[in-house]
Amino acid sequence: MSGKIDISVTVNGASYNRSVEPRMLLSDFLRHELGLTGTHVGCEHGVCGACTILLDGRSARSCLTLAVQVDGQEIETVEGQGSREELGRVQTAFRDHHGLQCGFCTPGFIMTITDMLHHHPLESDEQIRDALSGNICRCTGYQHIVNAVRELAKERGPLQ
Amino acid sequence: MSQADLSVEMRPGLVGKRVKRTEDPRLLSGNGQYVDDIKLPNTAHVAILRSDQPHALIRDIRVDHAMDVPGLIAIFEAADLEGEVRPAIPSSRIKGYYATPYWPLARGKVRYVGEPVLAVVAESRYAAEDALALIEVDYEPLPFAIRQVDAVADDAPLIHEEAGTNIIIAREFGRGEVDAVFETAPVRVGAQFRMTRKTATSMENRCYLADYDRRRMAVTLWTSSNIPGIVKDALADSLSLPGARLRVIAPDVGGSFGGKGSLYHEEMLVCALARKLERPVKFTGDRLEELTASSQAFDELIDAELAVDEEGRFLALRAEVIGDIGAYSIYPWTAGLEPVQVVSFLPGPYRIEHYRGRVRGVLTPKPPTGPYRGVGRPSSTFAMERLVDMAARKLGMDAAEIRRRNLIDGEEFPYRTGSGIIWDKSAFMECLEAACAHLDYPALLERQKKAREQGRWIGIGLSCYAELTGIGSRIAVAPGMPINTGTETGTITIDSTGSVIGAFGIASHGQGLETTLAQIIADELGCALEDIEIRQGDSSLVPMSTGTYASRSAVIAGGVAIKTARVVKTKVLRAASILMDVPVEDLDASGGIIRARSSNAAMTFKELANAVYMQMGRIPHDKREDLTGSESYDPYLGTACSSCHVAVVEVDPETYGVRVTDYVVAEDCGRIINPMIVDGQVHGAVAQGIGAALLEEIHYDDEGQLVTASLADYLLPLATDVPDIGIVHIEADLPNNVGGFRGMGEGGTIGAPAAIANAISDALSPLGIEIQTLPATPDRLFRLVEQSRATHLQKGQ
Ligand code: FES
Ligand code: FES
Repeated sequence: MSGKIDISVTVNGASYNRSVEPRMLLSDFLRHELGLTGTHVGCEHGVCGACTILLDGRSARSCLTLAVQVDGQEIETVEGQGSREELGRVQTAFRDHHGLQCGFCTPGFIMTITDMLHHHPLESDEQIRDALSGNICRCTGYQHIVNAVRELAKERGPLQ
Repeated sequence: MSQADLSVEMRPGLVGKRVKRTEDPRLLSGNGQYVDDIKLPNTAHVAILRSDQPHALIRDIRVDHAMDVPGLIAIFEAADLEGEVRPAIPSSRIKGYYATPYWPLARGKVRYVGEPVLAVVAESRYAAEDALALIEVDYEPLPFAIRQVDAVADDAPLIHEEAGTNIIIAREFGRGEVDAVFETAPVRVGAQFRMTRKTATSMENRCYLADYDRRRMAVTLWTSSNIPGIVKDALADSLSLPGARLRVIAPDVGGSFGGKGSLYHEEMLVCALARKLERPVKFTGDRLEELTASSQAFDELIDAELAVDEEGRFLALRAEVIGDIGAYSIYPWTAGLEPVQVVSFLPGPYRIEHYRGRVRGVLTPKPPTGPYRGVGRPSSTFAMERLVDMAARKLGMDAAEIRRRNLIDGEEFPYRTGSGIIWDKSAFMECLEAACAHLDYPALLERQKKAREQGRWIGIGLSCYAELTGIGSRIAVAPGMPINTGTETGTITIDSTGSVIGAFGIASHGQGLETTLAQIIADELGCALEDIEIRQGDSSLVPMSTGTYASRSAVIAGGVAIKTARVVKTKVLRAASILMDVPVEDLDASGGIIRARSSNAAMTFKELANAVYMQMGRIPHDKREDLTGSESYDPYLGTACSSCHVAVVEVDPETYGVRVTDYVVAEDCGRIINPMIVDGQVHGAVAQGIGAALLEEIHYDDEGQLVTASLADYLLPLATDVPDIGIVHIEADLPNNVGGFRGMGEGGTIGAPAAIANAISDALSPLGIEIQTLPATPDRLFRLVEQSRATHLQKGQ
C-alpha cells in the first residue's frame, strides 16, 4: 500500500500540505498526522457521530471520509470552536447545562450542533432531538444536551 | 420540587450546589487526553488476530506471507510469551468454584469468537492489519453448547476440561419454610424471566499503551480502565514486577459502565510486549473488538415464583437461576458477580419472610460476563417487579397499593433480607409516594382509561428497588472475591505555592469526581475551589487503590476526603495560630482565607503556605509541620440506596414500537454533593435502562457467531428514544457514614427495565400479555400479540 498522494487542506484556519496514503481515513489524518486528537472515533462505521467535523461548513463523518477526498477543502474541528481558556458559545452551553460526562462523544455533538444551528429550525424539543439523533451519547441520556441546544436555539432565534 | 431540594440550597458551602465541573474546559475544547490521544516516540502498534471459531483447537498457524509486509515488526503467539507472563487467577472463597486462568493469548484452544490468538506488531496499525490479513490459522472445531440450558447438561461438551464441568459456580441463599408456604398460599404467580445478553458499550473503545523504561526496568501502562489499581496489582503478579516498577494510569476515560472494569488480555499483552521489545506498544480496540471481546452482561434464565395472601402481602419467594457466564470467569470479579447477585438481590426492598434462591453459573463459548452498571440487579429487579405486578393483576389490586403493603418501612430498618443483605434506613416508601405524586398517579390512571377506550395501548409501570452502595470491607463487592474493595486512601497536600492537591485511588470516567471531591475538600478545609487539583486514576498516588465501580466513589472517596481535609485543616489552623498570634479556637477558614473570629486578622492559604515552607524562622523549627495529611476510610458495611421509577409507554399497534412518553425517578442518595451531576447520572442510567428494555441485545446464533457485531445491529438509545426524565430527590439521613453520602451512579439502569416491562405489560393487559423477556423489541411484541390473539380465537371457537 504505497503511492502517497499530496493533499492540501485548511483545518481551523491553518493550511496543511501532506502526503498521505490513499486509504488513510480523514479521522486518522486529523488525529495522528495533524495531532488534532479532539476529534474522536467511536465506531468507524458511521453510526456514532463521535468523529463529526465540519467540511466546508456542513457536518460530516470523518471516519467515512478519506483524507485524499478533502484535498482543497476547509475543515473545522472542535479545537477551532474555542480554547480551554475561552470556550466557544456551544461549548459554554454544554458546560452550563452539564451536557457532557466522559466527554468522548462531546466533540462530535459540538460540531453537529454548530451545523444544526445554521441549518435547522430547532424550534421544538422534537426537532432538537431529531437533529441530535445522528450522534450517540452513552453517558448523559441526552436531556442536558437538549437543554443546552434549546438555549442556543432560543438565542439564535428563528432560522433565517 | 421536593422539600429536600430546598434544604440543598440552604446549606452553606459548596456541597449541595450545582458547581460547574472542573473537568469540562479541557474536555470541551478538545484538550482531553484519552489513551489513544497519547503519542510516544517509536511506538509499535498491535493488531490482534482473534478467533473466528467458538470452540476449537489451534492446529496450525501460517505467517509466511505476513512476514513480508512493510513495517511488520513481529508476530507473537502464546508460546512466545511462555515464562514471561503468569496467568491472572480470579480466585474466590466460594466452595466448588473453578477459577479459569486468564492469559494474554489463547493457548492451544479457543473458547469464543473474538478471543485473542496472535499479536501482530508493526510500525503502524495500518501495517499491522495488512499483515494480519495474510495470516492463516487452521482450527479443529470442537463441539459446543451455545445456550445455557444445553451447557448445564451432564453430557455437554466442556469449555474447560480441567474444571470437569461447565457449572463452575453455584450458590444457594434462603431462609424459612419456602416450599411449605407455597403449598398453602392463596395466590401464586410465576414465570421464566430473561434479560438477554448485552454489553456496556462506552463510546470510547478499549485502548492500552505500555511504555518500558530500560533504565529502571519499569513498565507504565496507560489504560482506558476504571480499575487502574486492580490492574496494577494483577500485572505486578503476572509480570513478576515489584509495584515500584509498575505504574498504571487511567487518564481521561470515555465511559465504562463496567465494560472497562475488569482486567483484559490486551492489558497484559501490551505490557509484556513493551518489555520484550523495549519500546512503547499500543493497542487501540475498534468497535467490532469491543462488541466481540469486551465483557458482556445479564443473560440469566430466572425461574421465579411469588406466593401472596389475599391482602396482597408477600409470603414467600423462590427462584432457580442459570447464568450464562461465557467462556471465562472474569478477573477479578469472578463468574459469580452477575448471576449470584441476581439471587442475592431478588427479594428487593420488600418484606419477605421465606425465600430460596439457587443459582448456577455455566460456561458457554462467548466472551465472559462481567460488571455492567447495576450488576445482577437489573435482572433481579425485572423478575421481582414483574412478579409483583402479576400478583396485583391476579388480585385486582392497584400496582402502587401492593407495593405500599410490602415495602420495608419505619421501625423495620435495619432489615435483613432472606438472602442475608441488610438494608439500613432508606426512603423506600417515600420514594414510592414521591414518584406517584410527581406524575399525579390518579390522574394518570384516568388518562389511561380514556386512551384505552379509544383502543390505544397505553401502560403505566412501576418499579421499586434498593441497592447496596459504597460497600466497606465487611463484604466483597463480588461474592467471595478476596480483594478488599471497601477501603480508600486519600492524601491532601498544600504545597509551597498554596496549591491544594488531593490524591485518591478512585478512577473517574465521566462521573465528575474531580469536581465533587474538590467541593468536599473546599468545604472541609476552607480553601478556595480554584486552588484545588484532584488527582486520580493513577496507581502511583496512594499505596493501594482499586478504582471507581459499584457506586463506591462518592461514598468512600467522599468520606476519606472529609477525614483527610480535617487533619490538614488542624495543621493549617495550628500554623496560622502561630503566624497570626491568635488562639486556634478563635480561627476558622473558608474560601481560601483564614480569619480570626474576634479581630480583623486574616491571611490567605497562599500566604500561610509561603510562611510555613519558605520563610525561615516564622514558625519555630520544633513547631513546623508540613501541611499534608493521609487517611483512609472504610465504611465497613454498605449503605442502601433506594428508588422508585414510574414509566408511561405507548405501544404502536402498527409497528409494535414502544415509545416511553413519561418517566419519573424518585431516589434517595443521601446527602447530595452536586445535584447537577446526580441528575446527569440518573438521566444517563435511565437511558441505558431504556436501551436494555427496548433495544440492546447481543445475539449469538447457533453457530456461536455474534450476529449483532456493529452499532447498526447492536442498537443504543438515541436522543429520540429517551423522554425527559423527572427526578425527585429524597435525602434520607445516613448517620453512620462520614459525609452521609449514598452511591447512586448505577440505579437508573436497575429500575428502568422493570418499570418499562411493567408498563408494556399493563398496556397490553387487555390481551393478557405479560412481558417475560427483554428487550421488548417490535418483533417480540408482534409475536406475543399474535399468540394471544390466536389463543383468544381458539377459545372463542
Ligand atoms: S466514528 Fe465516525 S460515526 Fe462513529
Ligand atoms: S459524555 Fe460520555 S458518551 Fe457522551
